[in-house]
Amino acid sequence: MINHLPVLIVVIPLMAAPICLLLNRPKLVWLFSLFASTLVFLISISLLQQVMDSGVISYDLGGWQAPWGIEYRIDKLNAFLLLIISAISTIVLFAAQTSIEKEIPKNKHTLFYILYLLSLTGMLGIVTTGDAFNVFVFLEISSLSAYALIAMGKDRQALWASYQYLIMGTIGATFILIGIGLMYQMTGTLNMEDLSQRLPEVAQTRTVFTAFAFVIVGICLKLALFPLHLWLPNAYAYAPSIVTAFFAATATKVAVYLLIRFTFSIFGLSFSFTHLPLQTLFIVLGLVGIFVASVAAIYQSNIKQLFAYSSIAQIGYMIVGFSVATVSGLTATLLHLFNHALMKSAIFLALGAVVYRVGNVQLSSFYGLGRQMPLTMAAIVVGGLSLIGVPLTVGFVSKWYLLLALLEQGWWPAAVLVLLGSLLAVVYVWKVVEAAYFKEPLATATPVKEAPMTFIIPIWILIIANIYFGIDTRLSVQVAEAAAQSLFGAAL
Amino acid sequence: MLMGLFNDWIVVILMMIGLYIVIAHGNLIKKLVGLTIFQTSVFIFYISMAKVDGGTAPILSDDIVQYSNPLPHVLILTAIVVGIATTALGLALVVRIKESYGSIEEEEIQLQDNEIKDESKEEAQP
Repeated sequence: MINHLPVLIVVIPLMAAPICLLLNRPKLVWLFSLFASTLVFLISISLLQQVMDSGVISYDLGGWQAPWGIEYRIDKLNAFLLLIISAISTIVLFAAQTSIEKEIPKNKHTLFYILYLLSLTGMLGIVTTGDAFNVFVFLEISSLSAYALIAMGKDRQALWASYQYLIMGTIGATFILIGIGLMYQMTGTLNMEDLSQRLPEVAQTRTVFTAFAFVIVGICLKLALFPLHLWLPNAYAYAPSIVTAFFAATATKVAVYLLIRFTFSIFGLSFSFTHLPLQTLFIVLGLVGIFVASVAAIYQSNIKQLFAYSSIAQIGYMIVGFSVATVSGLTATLLHLFNHALMKSAIFLALGAVVYRVGNVQLSSFYGLGRQMPLTMAAIVVGGLSLIGVPLTVGFVSKWYLLLALLEQGWWPAAVLVLLGSLLAVVYVWKVVEAAYFKEPLATATPVKEAPMTFIIPIWILIIANIYFGIDTRLSVQVAEAAAQSLFGAAL
Repeated sequence: MLMGLFNDWIVVILMMIGLYIVIAHGNLIKKLVGLTIFQTSVFIFYISMAKVDGGTAPILSDDIVQYSNPLPHVLILTAIVVGIATTALGLALVVRIKESYGSIEEEEIQLQDNEIKDESKEEAQP
């Protein structure tokens, strides 16, 4: 049993999805999905422990040996990602039943959970697999269910947002498919380990350059890296709150993982960063992304859209860390993956609670909510402080490591710009705080009560995690550092 | 040179036609058509990559010595299924967009969305 864990982590949610269809009672389906997600979370903890103790786990699917069959390969990097995805999924799912009661018609509840589980399957699959083509298949499983989930939003804009995401997402995935095809043409293999050994021989050909370009642009579309981010704000703003909380914390993280996996493990450090100007390109796009998205966030009056823009800015930070291309830079990126997942899922869940009570997330609806929903608003404040990077929150830890990495290379201007970007975060977080605490409620607004416990508990679990991992950084830093080192170990 | 890479030329031309339609057309159905053409070009790319000169279908037989590579065919079978699912989902979305917006032209939909935004801004600043 224990040596089948790498495949069970994908198979459990995949099999749970059709079983939901048979159960067909919303409450029961919810409990069952929660059970499946918890199981996956436990498996991911066990896998992380195994990997930290005894190194890489390789699993041959169906007993077919690695270069021929499909291999599932768990190293420190993807064990870390699995933990983030499954933990967030479980916590968010806890609040799902209450939240979708008001946002999705009753007869679609079962379908909602099925899509949620399939999307989870896709993300876990992308992370576990060691086969390049398998990545494409799982990418499409998670994306197709994501389009459908976003279209479930109650406003009609959700349909339009979903359609735009479908077009952009499909182009991105097809680009990745072209890239993988070109790589297969040159090397005759799809196994990632095998690819990394055979690619250096043919690295100086135009076909491999083209393959690299297609794969990177495709991933950046999924990543919503500036200027390919146009699908993200509407998709996050109009999707059901639970979906936003889940995707904001996981979907873009999976794309960051793919970027790291393809550049560091498959193409190799020297190819990606020495032969090609990836470093300059990414640090510029990352920094511009931070500023453009943060400024755009300041001007939003829909709070979900405001934090969606902030997500794009946070991706900018991850890309800046990535483009440093040192162990400390990559550590900062991985830490920010973990930390950003904690803060954004907490904030979007809190916004879900506001939608549950108030019905919308326009700025004017927040007037006076500080007194009416104290616990929810306090959560948004702590999450916001974490976004800014105030000490004692996780946001501080990842920004600190990012600055160290930049200064280590003597990149002063970039470090200053990163700090200025944080100041912009102060402005847009303050907008929400000001509305909630210092404005009188509108005369037309009806007073509301605090959100139900099914919201408060998961939100505060995440907020406490925000503070806990901001003070006791041993676990997150240790794992992120080990993962970054293992990537560089493979590259040398 | 030109004839030797005949399939590649077709792939690139189809790919560009597809991408152009997706970007340039405002009609949602036409965009999906473009997307399908774009995906199809990738299918052709994979399939022609597998062809070995003088090779036949990979069926075991004594008098056949050279086979074409079957793996890309299998891969692209999966990709075709994914493509169909994407098109179906896209069309379903277009149907619902038509129901709620009364139009499938990009410009008209964005116009309607912007009107709502302007109204809500006016409400927010009394």
